[in-house]
Amino acid sequence: METFTYYPGCTLRTKAKDLDTYARKSAECLGINLEEPADWQCCGGAYTTAKDEIATKLSAVRILNSAKENNRPLITVCSACHNVIKQTNYDISNDEEMAAKVNNYLKLPEPYNGETTVYHYLEMLRDVVGFDNLAQKVVNPLKGKKIAAYYGCLLLRPSKALAMDDPENPTIMEDFIKAIGGTPVIYAQRNECCGGYITLEDKAQASKRSSAVVRSAKDQGADMIITACPLCLYNLKKNSDAELPVYYFTDLLAEALGLKEVQNG
Amino acid sequence: MKRIGVFVCHCGTNIAATVDVKAVAEALGHEPGVVISQDYQYMCSESGQNLVKNAIKEHKLTGVVVCSCSPRMHENTFRKAAASAGLNPYLVEIANIREQCSWIHKDIASATEKAIILGKAAVAKVHLNSPLTAGESPVVKRALVIGGGIAGIQTALDIAEAGFDVDIVEKNPTIGGKMAQIDKTFPTLDCAACILTPKMVEASQNERITIHSFSEVADVKGFVGNFTVKIKKKARFVDETKCTGCGLCTEKCPMKKVPNEFNMGLDNRTAIYIPFAQAVPKVATIDPNYCMMLQKGKCGICSSVCSVGAIDYKQEDKIIEQQYGAIVVATGFNPINLDKYDEFAYNQCPDVVTSLELERLMNAAGPNGGTLLRPSDKTHPHKIVFVQCVGSRCDDSKGKPYCSKICCMYTAKHAMLIREKYPDTEVYVFYIDVRTPGKNFDEFYRRAVEQYNVHYIKGMVGKVTPRSDGKIDVQASDLLANEQLHIDADMVVLAAAIEPDKTARPLATMLTTQMDTNDFFTEAHPKLRPVESATAGIFLSGACQGPKDIPETVAQASAAAAKAIGLLVKNSITCNPCVAHSDELMCNGCSSCEKVCPYGAITYVDKEFRMPDRTTAIRRVASVNPAVCQGCGACTVACPSGAMDLNGFSNSQIMSEVDAICK
Amino acid sequence: MDKNLKEQVLRSSGVNVLKCMRCGKCSGTCPSYDEMEYHPHQFVYMVERGDIETLMKSKSIYKCLTCFACVDRCPRNVEPAKVVEAVRLAAVRQQGNNHMNPNQIPEMLDDDLPQQAIVTAFRKYIK
Repeated sequence: METFTYYPGCTLRTKAKDLDTYARKSAECLGINLEEPADWQCCGGAYTTAKDEIATKLSAVRILNSAKENNRPLITVCSACHNVIKQTNYDISNDEEMAAKVNNYLKLPEPYNGETTVYHYLEMLRDVVGFDNLAQKVVNPLKGKKIAAYYGCLLLRPSKALAMDDPENPTIMEDFIKAIGGTPVIYAQRNECCGGYITLEDKAQASKRSSAVVRSAKDQGADMIITACPLCLYNLKKNSDAELPVYYFTDLLAEALGLKEVQNG
Repeated sequence: MKRIGVFVCHCGTNIAATVDVKAVAEALGHEPGVVISQDYQYMCSESGQNLVKNAIKEHKLTGVVVCSCSPRMHENTFRKAAASAGLNPYLVEIANIREQCSWIHKDIASATEKAIILGKAAVAKVHLNSPLTAGESPVVKRALVIGGGIAGIQTALDIAEAGFDVDIVEKNPTIGGKMAQIDKTFPTLDCAACILTPKMVEASQNERITIHSFSEVADVKGFVGNFTVKIKKKARFVDETKCTGCGLCTEKCPMKKVPNEFNMGLDNRTAIYIPFAQAVPKVATIDPNYCMMLQKGKCGICSSVCSVGAIDYKQEDKIIEQQYGAIVVATGFNPINLDKYDEFAYNQCPDVVTSLELERLMNAAGPNGGTLLRPSDKTHPHKIVFVQCVGSRCDDSKGKPYCSKICCMYTAKHAMLIREKYPDTEVYVFYIDVRTPGKNFDEFYRRAVEQYNVHYIKGMVGKVTPRSDGKIDVQASDLLANEQLHIDADMVVLAAAIEPDKTARPLATMLTTQMDTNDFFTEAHPKLRPVESATAGIFLSGACQGPKDIPETVAQASAAAAKAIGLLVKNSITCNPCVAHSDELMCNGCSSCEKVCPYGAITYVDKEFRMPDRTTAIRRVASVNPAVCQGCGACTVACPSGAMDLNGFSNSQIMSEVDAICK
Repeated sequence: MDKNLKEQVLRSSGVNVLKCMRCGKCSGTCPSYDEMEYHPHQFVYMVERGDIETLMKSKSIYKCLTCFACVDRCPRNVEPAKVVEAVRLAAVRQQGNNHMNPNQIPEMLDDDLPQQAIVTAFRKYIK
């Protein structure tokens, strides 16, 4: 059984418990051991790209370093955490000045210079478990379901740092959908923003973005949308003028593996 | 002791501004063997050369050092001057105090010091120079043209016209290249096929031209005037000498679902095919990936309908070998793959097409017989958006750093042709800059705007979203209006960047020619030798050297032909005497030199040697063919016993230079 | 024009604005274009001209979703979103210039709103 350091992040502890619960259950079923460190802090939700912002990057470095100390790769599920942690790791690896400042702050026993490998849960499914192996463990294939993968902005961009998939032609979620027996629906808005945090102060703008995404997926014949991001799920459900069921990808994963009751049969 | 003259050039202010030339002449005057040391404003001028010539005679010089620019510029000038004064030209050495000294340094004191050291090294070397005599090697009066597009065809026709035999090697089943796929040409709007196909026929009928279609260059050996080339004639499973091009086999072939390359995959062809009606040679070719007979051993229909018995399922690749005096590269270009730019939805929507695909969609021999219809539903598009610079002018991490040069003009052409034929269709062109330098080019573009009412919008498309109702939402910026636009288009046409053909890189390795980082062949001089490569005897024609339109390609093709003809008319060429030779007594027969020689100039022979005790022994020793050796020096470095040495750059000469520098 | 301000934005963003070829693709792809008074390509150009204060005063700095569409799609690799971020930081770092007051938060919440949105807004609006 392979062990990874697992970082759930703030939202998975509160409003997105399902994303967390079914990620853990499915991992166990797939022979992956997720170990959560005792004292993680919130990643901050958004990466501050500014080179002179050091304090806002420290919590991400702490979790990266904790994985390094345990000599394990780090796994994230939430798109936002994933984005913040991967961008932090990229900048620490490529910007010596930033790395020096961060290490001056943290005074770790050994400086952190980007040594940890970071996986999104989907990458773990693709690169560690393998989609072919996943397909063999499926007990409730999602036959006949036309599923639209929603990447949003956080999962793929900036592609230099995230290095997860082709930013304009991604296939990881579509391959995941195929592995659990569904039919992926490709639609152009799958890698456009849902409106994100703007929902807090400008519902109209959030609604414009979310509607464009859901309309595009619906237009291409999707029955449902899957996402890895709690904020995307919120925006697509709450702020869109078009309606489609929206699930976390872990919901469908758990259903397919027989770990969760099948919804919307 | 040699009697050496030193001549220090000012090169106007090129050298004199950062190097104290008087101090250099003064310092070098004290070197051993130097009997005269002078400076002059322009040593390469006639009076400067006379200075050298007179000094040779007056001071009975046996060695000359010129401190000036790179030897690539004027080594020959001073060698000729020395020869005319009765001194063997290989007793002249150049110390480069311009490119590697005055141009790159700012501090006068240190630049002067460096110039003196470089001069001292040249003086030390010239002490060991010996007179060399250049031999001659014959020129094979036959040229090879690699690539059978408009560039290769034009070059071959011009060389043949001058009375020389010329072979075209074309990797596809027919010559014609990209121009054969183009519908109309700018800025005259005449039909491409109407002006190209007569040239294709002319090439096939010219007795001096041999076309090797469906063939590739497999190996190149030799040197200028005497290349030996292996050409792989790929199996087409049809006997070229028997096939009459009647086309009955292509009608009867049951495998009809093969993507048709000639129409950019927009329709299908059969497994046995002739690319297009005017193909040259008009001979059928079987695609082994789709032929049922070759795949499964079942079918044989083409063979049974062929009245001349041309089908040969057992045909194999064949290698032929031929000698050539000159080689012209004309490997052309392709549009780039657009996978990285799917914000334009090229992979998501059949109605998002490239400009070359649009050429086929508008061509009478294209998938729709010349009626412009959308690939998805075969309906007539009423709103078309053109996107310029897709993958061109990019940061290296995002695409091609260069301007593809032809897109502005062909897009204006497309827009105009569509407006002319379908006045009810609205046409939008998103541009960053409209670049139209060329005779009658800007007038052409203005006609698209003023006469044909094409909407040119300064800005760029940022996202394309195809919809299920058949419309394509094009989101773009209009920078002049300061607006973000959404256009409901029926079709989107992407002006994809162009790049050199993929076969160019391995070919450059075979030819030992240079390429730039974009895989375009590098010319010998960007301004003054634009159609020659830096490798003697290899010439460049068309877009393999850089993006070009048809008129420019044809001009360069004829220029390359003229250069090749200039070589072929000579009966022999002077060889470089600076070649390697092996000291047989020191050679231990290890073969190290043979393995590193890029020209195949070294062979091993068994030779009889008389030993000190009066017995004879047979030893294996290296032997250099001076006609093939290019003097690169790889063997002298590889030789473990020090037997291999290079005339003009002997181990002792180089060591004496190093000593002089380190002193 | 304030030279120090320009230098600070350039340093903080790490962006070389001179790489811009003024194609406008960033503004063509921006999902917040219509909500912005100054658009991504204008951010890049105005920073080049040193006209930073105008940008700092504009609400446009709070409209960028940091979705990085402009960063990934810019043909010249200019990374306009990083310029917007640097200008916004220059604004909120000024004393008393927070864009949001924590007291306002409770009335913005609903039962489903993920924490993530609030944390992100804090990062973006408050120093």
